[in-house]
Amino acid sequence: MAKQTRKRKQSLLFEGPEWSFDTLSRTYDAIEEIATQDLGLDVYPNQIEIISAEQMLDAYSSIGMPLMYRHWSFGKHFVREEQLYRKGARGLAYELVINSNPCISYHMEENTMAMQALVTAHAAFGHNHFFKNNYLFLQWTDAGAILDYLEFAKGFIAKCEERHGYAAVEEILDAAHALMDHGVFRYRRTPRGAPRKEEARAQRRHEYEERTFNDLWRTLPKPKDGVEANDAEIEIANRKKKLRLPEENLLYFLEKNSPVLESWQRELLHIVRKIAQYFYPQKQTKVMNEGCATFVHHYIVNALYDQGRITEGAMLEILHSHSNVVFQPAFDDRRYGGINPYALGFEMMQDIRRVCTQPTEEDREWLPEIAGNGDWRGTLRDAWANHRDESFIQQFLSPHLIRKMRLFVLSDNEKDDHYTVASIHDERGYENVRRTISRNYDLGTVEPNIQVVDLDLRGDRQLCLEHTVRDGIALAEKGRDEVLKHIARLWGYEVSLRGIDNLTGETVYKTSTAESEAAA
Amino acid sequence: MPNFIDRRLNPKDKSLSNRQRFLRRARAQLKNVINKSVKDRGIADVDGRQVVSVPTKGVGEPKFHNSSKGGKRDQVLTGNKEFSAGDRLSKPKGGAGSGAGKDAADGGEGTDEFQFTLSREEFLELFFEDLELPDLVKTNLKEVIAFKPRRAGYTVSGTPTNINVLRTMRNSYGRRIALHRPKQKDLDEIAARMEELERDCGRDGTAPHRIAKLREELTRLERKRRVVPFIDPIDIRFNRFERQALPNTKAVMFCLMDVSGSMGEREKELAKRFFILLHLFLKRRYEKIDIVFIRHTHEAQEVDEETFFYSRETGGTVVSTALEEMLRVVHERYPTQEWNIYAAQASDGDNFSGDSEKCVRMLDDVIMPLCQYYAYVEILDEREADIFKSSDNGTALWRAYREAGQSWDNFQAKRIARPGDIYPVFRELFAKRPKGAASPGLAEARAE
Repeated sequence: MAKQTRKRKQSLLFEGPEWSFDTLSRTYDAIEEIATQDLGLDVYPNQIEIISAEQMLDAYSSIGMPLMYRHWSFGKHFVREEQLYRKGARGLAYELVINSNPCISYHMEENTMAMQALVTAHAAFGHNHFFKNNYLFLQWTDAGAILDYLEFAKGFIAKCEERHGYAAVEEILDAAHALMDHGVFRYRRTPRGAPRKEEARAQRRHEYEERTFNDLWRTLPKPKDGVEANDAEIEIANRKKKLRLPEENLLYFLEKNSPVLESWQRELLHIVRKIAQYFYPQKQTKVMNEGCATFVHHYIVNALYDQGRITEGAMLEILHSHSNVVFQPAFDDRRYGGINPYALGFEMMQDIRRVCTQPTEEDREWLPEIAGNGDWRGTLRDAWANHRDESFIQQFLSPHLIRKMRLFVLSDNEKDDHYTVASIHDERGYENVRRTISRNYDLGTVEPNIQVVDLDLRGDRQLCLEHTVRDGIALAEKGRDEVLKHIARLWGYEVSLRGIDNLTGETVYKTSTAESEAAA
Repeated sequence: MPNFIDRRLNPKDKSLSNRQRFLRRARAQLKNVINKSVKDRGIADVDGRQVVSVPTKGVGEPKFHNSSKGGKRDQVLTGNKEFSAGDRLSKPKGGAGSGAGKDAADGGEGTDEFQFTLSREEFLELFFEDLELPDLVKTNLKEVIAFKPRRAGYTVSGTPTNINVLRTMRNSYGRRIALHRPKQKDLDEIAARMEELERDCGRDGTAPHRIAKLREELTRLERKRRVVPFIDPIDIRFNRFERQALPNTKAVMFCLMDVSGSMGEREKELAKRFFILLHLFLKRRYEKIDIVFIRHTHEAQEVDEETFFYSRETGGTVVSTALEEMLRVVHERYPTQEWNIYAAQASDGDNFSGDSEKCVRMLDDVIMPLCQYYAYVEILDEREADIFKSSDNGTALWRAYREAGQSWDNFQAKRIARPGDIYPVFRELFAKRPKGAASPGLAEARAE
C-alpha cells in the first residue's frame, strides 16, 4: 500500500477486502454522516440484508421483490438469469434496493468491503433518498404498505390455487401479466365523493335550476331533422359516460366491468394492477434514479477518501467499479446498447453541480434559473423531488453535456431509403437533441397508447379498443393478437382493436378476436 | 445505526415452486425435446445433465408493444464523430427499421428460445411419462458372487503361517507370570552362588551343606521351568479369516434386438427406451457397466450402438441365433464370477417356426442360470394393444417365453405399445424386497 501522504484526520474505516458486520456498521455510520449532514439527504430507515448469489437470482426473477406470489413466469426468468449467470455472460448486480419503509437493500455477500461501502452509499442513501422524495413515488406508491400487501397477495393467490386449481389461477394471471403495462393510472382520477356529498351536490344543483327557471326556454323551436340519429348518438355518449370511457387502464376497466369474472378473479386483476402501479414510477425515472444514486455514491466515497477514512487501494477498486457502471460506448462501438441511464444520469447531475458553481456564459443563457446560484445541493434535491426523466432532461440537459457526449439525432422515415442526421451537437441542434431525447424517455411515447373506447352491453358486448398510432408506428403483430385473446378471456366476449392515426384520424388497421378465429 | 440482517442462511430454493410451475407449463415442449433426445443420444448418456432449449411457444409472455419497423422515428445516439446535420446514410439492405442501435423492441420479445438444464429427476419424470419412479437407490439386489478373505478376530486353531505372534506372546507372558515360571536370571544367580561357595569350600565348613541346598533348589527350579514352558500350545493364537462375500461391482448388459424389416422406427425407439431404463437402473447399482449390442435377423452379430439402432437389415428372423451369440460373448469376455449379467431383449414377436422352442430350451438350460435378470419386451402396434390384452394368446415366441417366465423368477416378459408400458416391465426388478426374502440372484435361482 502506498504511503499515506494525505493528512490523516480520522482513522481508517476498514482495511483489506474482507468485510464484517462490525466494519459494515462503522462504514455505514460514516456514510450516513456525509449523506445527511453534507448532502442533506432525507431517507427512510435502512434495513441492509446480506444475501448469496442464489438469493440474488431469486430476487431477480420475482421482479426484485422479497416476497412475491407464485407464477411460472418467475420460474422462467429464474432459469434464464441463472443460465446467463452460470455461463458468465452476465454478472449479478452488487445490490438491489426496494422502495419500502424501512428501505430494504440487498447486498451480495461476495462484495469486498470497498464494494459494500460503495453499494451502501448507492442504494441505502442514493436510491433511498430518491424513493422518499420524488413526487411520482410519493403520489403513486405506498412504501410503508407494499411488503404487507405482497404478503397478502401471496397468501391470497396461494389460497385461490388451492380452491380453484393452478390452471384457473394461471389463466387469469397470464392474462393480467400481458396487460400489466396497461394496468396503470397515468393521471390522478377525479376523486369520487362520498355518496352523501354527491347527494347534497345534486340537491344544490336542483335548487339552482329551480331558482333560475325561465319558461321562455320551453318555447324555443326544436331541431327538426336528424332527431332519430341524434338519439342513438346521445345514447352512446350516455353509456360511455356511465362507464367512464374512454379508459386507458385496461386492467382496471376489466376488473370493474367484466361481465364474466368472479370476485376472486377480479381480486387477482387488482393485485397485478397494484403491483404494476407500484413499479410505474420506477419506469419513468430510470435516468434520474440511477443518476441520483450514482452521483451520491461518487460524492460520498470521495468525501470519505478526502477525510482519509478509506485506503487508496479501496478507492481504486471503487473507482474502477464506478467507471464500469457509467461507461458509455459510442454508437459505432460493438458494445453500444443504447444510452446508458447510469452514464446519462450521472453526467447530468455532475453537470448541474458545475452549472451551479462555475457557470459559463452559455449556461447562464440556457439554464438561467440555476446558473451560478451556488447551491448545488439544494438544486439537485429539488430536481430529484420534482421531475421525471422526460421533464428532467428537457429542463436540465445543457449544451455543454450534449457536446461532451456528442449526441446526435438520427431520423428514420419509412418512406425514405436513407437515414437522416437531423441534428448534431451544434448551436442549431441543441434544442432538437434535447427535445428528442426527452421524448424518448416519455413513457407516453414509448408505450403504445391503447384505450377502451366503447362497448354495447345490450348488444353483442364486443369490447372496442383503440390504439392511437403516432408517427405511423404500429403495434408489433406478434404479441398483439395473443394479448387480444387474453383480453377476450377476461372480458368473456369478443374484443376488437382499431389503430387510429393521431393526426389524420384515419383507421390504420383493424383486428378482432372474432376475425382471427374465423380466419383460423 | 441501520438494521443489518444476514439472510445467507435462509432456506434455499425459494423459487423452486416457480420452477415447477414453469416446467408444468412447458411440459408439451419439453416432451418434444426429450423425445428427440432419445434419438440423438446413446443409451449411456441419456442420464446426464439435460440441457434443453424450449421455444417460447406456450411459455411466451405477450405484451402490446410498438413495432420495431415502419413509421417515422427519431433516436438519439452518442459519440458523433463525423456527421453534420443533414447528412444522409443509406439504410442497410433487406428490411428497413433498426439502425445503428437497438430500438423500441425491448419488451418481452428478443428471446425466442432459451436453454436451461433439467435435473435428473425432472428429466426422468418427463421421460417415462409421469411414472413415479421408485427410489432407485434403495432397491436392494444382492448377488453374491466373489469372495474375499477378511480378518475376523483370532482363533486357537489354524495353520502356522497365520500365527499371531503378538497375541501369542502376550498370552504366554501372562501365563508365565501367573504360574511363577522361574526366570533365567534367578537360575544364573543360584549357579553363581554355588560356584562362589565351591571356591570358598576350604574356609567354610557349612559350605557343602549350603551347596547341596542350593543344588536342590536349582533342580527344583529347572524342573519347574520345564513344566511351565516358555510357550505353551494354549498360548498360541492364530489370525482368523472369514470369507466375505463381495457384491460384484461390474455388470454387463446385453441388448438383443430383432432388426428385421418388421421393426420400424417406432418399435426401435420404444426398444431404445426400454434399454435406457434398464441401463439407468444398473447405473445406480454398479460401478462399471458394459453394454453389448446384439442384433439379429436370421443370423446374429455383435455391433456398436449406432449400427444397432439405425442400420437396416433384411432377412428372416431366428431368435435363437441372438441367444447363441450372447452365450458366445459371455464365455469369451464375461466370466460370471466377475460380471453380473443382465439381458434385455426386444422384438416384435416374429420368429422362425420351431425356433421358439429352441429358445426356451436354451434359456432353461444355459442362459437363465447365468443371468441376474432377463427381460423380454414384445413391441406391439398401438392398435393391437387391445387385442392382445390377455397375455395368453399371442405369437409363438410370446407363448414360449411365457412358459419360461413361469419357471424363472428373474425372467420377465411384457408386451408394450407405448412408452408408459415400459416401466412395469421392471417393476419386479425395482420393487423393494422385504429383508431376507429371496433375491433373484444366481445363488438362489432354482435349477429345475
